[in-house]
Amino acid sequence: MKRNMTCIACPLGCSLTVEYSEGLDDVTVTGNRCAKGEVYAREEILAPKRTVTATVSLTAGELSRLPVRTDRALEKELIADLLTELYRIEVSAPVAPGDRVLTDFRGTGVNVIATRRCGSRSDE
Amino acid sequence: MKIRRIDVLVIGAGASGLTSAIKLAEMGYEVSVVERENTLGGILNQCIHSGFGLHYFNEELTGPEFADRLIGLLPDALYLAPNATVDRLIDDENGLGALVFSPESGITRYSSRAIVLAMGCRERNRGNIHIPGSRPSGVYTAGLAQRLVNIEGYIPGKDVVIVGSGDIGLIMARRMSWVGAKVHCVVEIQPYPSGLTRNIVQCLNDFNIPLHLSHVVTKINGNDRVQSVEISPVSREKERGPGSFTVECDTLLLSVGLVPENELTRKFGIAMNHETSGPKVDSRLMTSKPGVFACGNVLHVHDLVDYACEEAERCAKGVDEFLRGVAPETGGPVVSGANVRYVVPGAYNPGSDNRFYLRPMIVKNKSRLSVRAGEVEIYGKNLPHVQPSEMVEATLSKDALKACSGQTLEVRIE
Amino acid sequence: MQDSFDVAVIGAGVTGAAIARRLSEYKLDVALLEKECDVSFGVSKANSGIIHGGFHHSGSTLKGRLEIRGNRMFDQLENELHFPFRRCGILIAAFSTEEMKQVESLYAQGVANQAIGIELCNSDRMLALEPKLNHDVVGGLHAPSGGIIEPYRFVFALVESALKNGVRLITEFEVDRAGRTGDLYDIYAGDRGIKARYVVNAAGLFADKVSKLFGAEEYTIIPRKGEEYLMDREAAALPSRVIFPVPSRVSKGMLVIPTAEGTTMLGPTAEQTGDKTDVSTSEENFERIFYSARRLIPSVSERDIITSFAGVRPTLPENDFFIAVSERRPHFIQAAGIQSPGLTASPAIADYVKDLLKRDGLVLEEDPHYDPEIEPVQRIRNLDIEAIDRLIERDPGYGEIICRCESVSRAEIIDAVRKGHTTLDGVKFYTRAQMGRCQGGFCTFRILKIISEETGIPIDRITKRGRGSYIVGGRIGDFDVAGAGTGRV
Repeated sequence: MKRNMTCIACPLGCSLTVEYSEGLDDVTVTGNRCAKGEVYAREEILAPKRTVTATVSLTAGELSRLPVRTDRALEKELIADLLTELYRIEVSAPVAPGDRVLTDFRGTGVNVIATRRCGSRSDE
Repeated sequence: MKIRRIDVLVIGAGASGLTSAIKLAEMGYEVSVVERENTLGGILNQCIHSGFGLHYFNEELTGPEFADRLIGLLPDALYLAPNATVDRLIDDENGLGALVFSPESGITRYSSRAIVLAMGCRERNRGNIHIPGSRPSGVYTAGLAQRLVNIEGYIPGKDVVIVGSGDIGLIMARRMSWVGAKVHCVVEIQPYPSGLTRNIVQCLNDFNIPLHLSHVVTKINGNDRVQSVEISPVSREKERGPGSFTVECDTLLLSVGLVPENELTRKFGIAMNHETSGPKVDSRLMTSKPGVFACGNVLHVHDLVDYACEEAERCAKGVDEFLRGVAPETGGPVVSGANVRYVVPGAYNPGSDNRFYLRPMIVKNKSRLSVRAGEVEIYGKNLPHVQPSEMVEATLSKDALKACSGQTLEVRIE
Repeated sequence: MQDSFDVAVIGAGVTGAAIARRLSEYKLDVALLEKECDVSFGVSKANSGIIHGGFHHSGSTLKGRLEIRGNRMFDQLENELHFPFRRCGILIAAFSTEEMKQVESLYAQGVANQAIGIELCNSDRMLALEPKLNHDVVGGLHAPSGGIIEPYRFVFALVESALKNGVRLITEFEVDRAGRTGDLYDIYAGDRGIKARYVVNAAGLFADKVSKLFGAEEYTIIPRKGEEYLMDREAAALPSRVIFPVPSRVSKGMLVIPTAEGTTMLGPTAEQTGDKTDVSTSEENFERIFYSARRLIPSVSERDIITSFAGVRPTLPENDFFIAVSERRPHFIQAAGIQSPGLTASPAIADYVKDLLKRDGLVLEEDPHYDPEIEPVQRIRNLDIEAIDRLIERDPGYGEIICRCESVSRAEIIDAVRKGHTTLDGVKFYTRAQMGRCQGGFCTFRILKIISEETGIPIDRITKRGRGSYIVGGRIGDFDVAGAGTGRV
C-alpha cells in the first residue's frame, strides 16, 4: 500500500511517499530531506502521535484557566479521551510551568504539565 | 499628576517590550515598562499551542512558556506598571515622555531620554474586509476567540466557519475542534494556503476540515446570531454564481491579517511607512523622532516571536548607542525592488553587520533574494520557497556594506 | 392587578422617547413600552444623525414644518441633556449647471421655510467652506443651522430624563394583544399586561401592526433600507460640515458626514426592501456609496473603513408623517411614518402630540417637580488631564482604559451598565466602547466581565442585543469532544 503525506517535523513540510505492506512490517519512506522525516512517516503509519495543548480549570488563582501541554506526543486515538479528562480536572494555584497536572495518562507514559505561572489570589 | 524620570520608557510588555527592557536594564539603564493589561507577556499568553522559541531559546515552547522565560529574565530593578495605558507621547520643556493613565496611580508624566514603542498589533476585522450581510452576534476575530477560549474558558459557538488560512486561523480550527465545536470549513481568498504546511496537516487534515481556496464569504445571514454564511469562488465574488454555497453555522471566525497598532505613533507626528503600517526607522530602529525607537509587531508584523525578540535586542542596542551619543555611520537607504513588499529597516549602517526583514509579494519555489547597489549584487541567497505570509531574513556583513556605503541598496526577489 | 397609566407610549425610539419626556413635564403616569431589551435599538440606532437645515422639504408638508421647529429646539435640549451635538452646518455641492438649478430651488424652499442663515455659494466659496471638496464643484448651498448629533445618545438622554421625571420604561414588551375595558386600554405582551387611558403609537417600522392590533387605522409601513459606512477618526476625508449631493426625487442622496464624535460616515443608500428586519449590507451598495462619496470628497479611502451597517426607515406611501388622533379608536394617537427628517423633528413631534392629547381631553397639569436637566456623563475622552486626574482620585475606575480605540474607562462602562444598558450593543451605543477601529477585538471580553459582575448575569447569558444574540456558546467541558483529535469519523 502507498500513502502520501506532508512531514510536520519541521516548518519545511516535505512531501513524503510511504509504501508499506499489509502487516506494516515493511515500510519505505521517500521524499524526506532528513532523518526526522522517516521517523515521522513510520510513526504516522504505525501509531500517529500529536502533542496536545489545552487548558484546565484553575481555582484560587488570578486566572481561571491554566494552560497545559503533554510532555511528549500522544497517540492520536487517545487525544479525545485525554481532553475529556483534562476538562474535568481542577488545579489549585499557585502553579508554575512544568508542574504536573496529570501523570502517565492511561499507561502511555505521557504526562500533562502546566505551561504558565499563576500565583494564588492571596499573594496579591 | 505624578512625575517619573527614567532613562528609557518601554511601551508594551509583550515579547518585544520585555526583551528590549531586559537588555536595556542589563546595560545599566533605568527602565520603566508600561502595560495596559494586568499581566505580562502580551498575546503570548493566549497562544497556548507550541511552536515558539526554536530560534530564541533553542527549544520548542508554548506561548505562555515563552512569556514565562522572558519574565524570569526581568531584573528586579525594572519598574513595571501594569494596568497602565499611555494616553499620548509628549515632547515639551520637560523633554521626551508620555502621559500614562492607571487606576492605581492616576496620571503619571513619564520623562525619559528615550522611548521604545512595542505596542504590538491588532487584528483586521469584518469592517476592514467588508463582508456583506446582516450584523448578528457570532462574528469574531480569531484572536478574540482565542482569548475567550484559552484565557477565559468560554467557547464562542458550536458550528464554526473560519475565514483565512493563516497560522492563527489554522491554530483556531484545531482549538475549536479540541473544545468540541465543529469546524465546517476554512475559507481562503488566495489560491494557496497562507499558513505553514505542518499547520495544514495538524490543524485541518487531522480533523478532516475542508479548505476552500480562492473562496470568500459573500454574505452573513442571521438576525440575532449567525445562522449561515454564503461562500463563493473569488471570480464570482460580486454575485451568487453556480459555485456559491451556504454553510449553516453559528460562528464565523476571521483570521484576515494583523495591523501594527500605531495610533500613539501617528498622533505624535512620527513618519509612517505605508507598506508596513509601522513607523519608518533607520538602521538603529529609531523613528523620525530622535530618541523614539520601535520594535516587534508595532514596527511590522512578524511571523515568529523569535524574530520579534531578536529585533527587540537590536533595538535596545540602538537605544544604548543613542544614549551614549554614538552616531551611527549612515550608509544609505534600503528600498524594495521587484517582488518585495517591504524591507525593514529602510536604511543601513556600514559600521556593523545589519539584519533586514522583508516580505515577498510572490509565491515561488527556488527563488533568489538579491541585494544590489546599482548593478552590483552585494548579497544574494537562494530561497527554496517564498510566499507573502512568510517573512524573509537577510544579514549583510559589515564588509559588504562598507564597500557600497553611500549608495542606495535595492532588495529584490526573483 | 395590572399597572394602570394615563398614557402608554409604544416604541422607545427617538419619537416615543421625545413624546414620553415631553409628557413627563405634567402630572401624568406615563409608560414607555419597548419590544427590544434596550431603547433606541430599532430605527433610531442606525440614523445618520443629521439635524436638517430646513430646506429639503416644503413647508406645506407636516414633516417640513416640524423639521424647522425641531431644528430650533436642539440648543436648549443640548443644554439640558448633554448629548453630542454640533451645529456644523450643511453644504449641498452641485457639479453641473443643471444641479445648480435644483440647488437654487432648494434655496428658495429654505427661504420660504425661514431656514436661518441659508445662502447660495459659488465654487470658490464652497471650496473655502470645505477645502476637501472635489474641485469640480460649480457651486452649492450652505445651511449653517444644520448640524449633527449622536442619535442613540440623544434617545438615551431623552429616556433618562423621562425616567427621572417619573416615566416608567418597560422593555422586552412587544405588544401582541390589545383590548378595551371601560375607559381603559388593556395592552399585552405575552402574559404581561398594562392598562392605559391614552395610547400613542410610535412603533416605528411596526406602527402599522400596532395600529391594527388596536383596531385603529389600517395602513402599511414600507421599509426603506439605508446602508452606511463608518470611517476611522484619522480618515483624511473628514469634512468640517455635512456634505450632501444634490438630492434625487426619492432621497436626499448619499452624504459625507463628520459625526459628532469625530469619525466620518458615508451614506445612506435608499432602497425599498420587503423585510422590516433586513439590515444586511451588500457589495453593490458598498461600491455605490464609495463612488458617490468620492465624487464629493476625493480623499475618501476604503482603507479607513471601520464598519458598515444598515438601518430601515419607516415610510408611508404619501411620504409624510402621519401624526393624528385616530378616527377609528378613542384616545389613540398615531405617530407613524416618521422617516427623515424625523430625528430633527422629534422634539417638535413631541410638542405636536402633546397638543393632540390635550385636544383629545387629556388634562395636562404641570408638574412642579419636573427637572429638565440630567447629570452630564463623565467621559474621559472629553476631559482635560487635570480633570481626569481628579476623577481617578475619586474613582480609580476612570484610570483603567477598557476601550483603547475610543478611550473609554471602566467607570464609564459601569455607569452604562448601572443605567440599564446590559447588552454589548447597549454598552457600545452608550459609551462608544467597541465602536472604534478594533471593533471590540480587545475590549469585548472585559466588557462582558463588567456586565456580569455588575448584574450577576452569567457570561454565557449576556447578549449582543437581546433575544438569541448570545456571545458565547458555552464553557470548556460543555461540548462533547469524543472524536475530536482523531479525525477518523
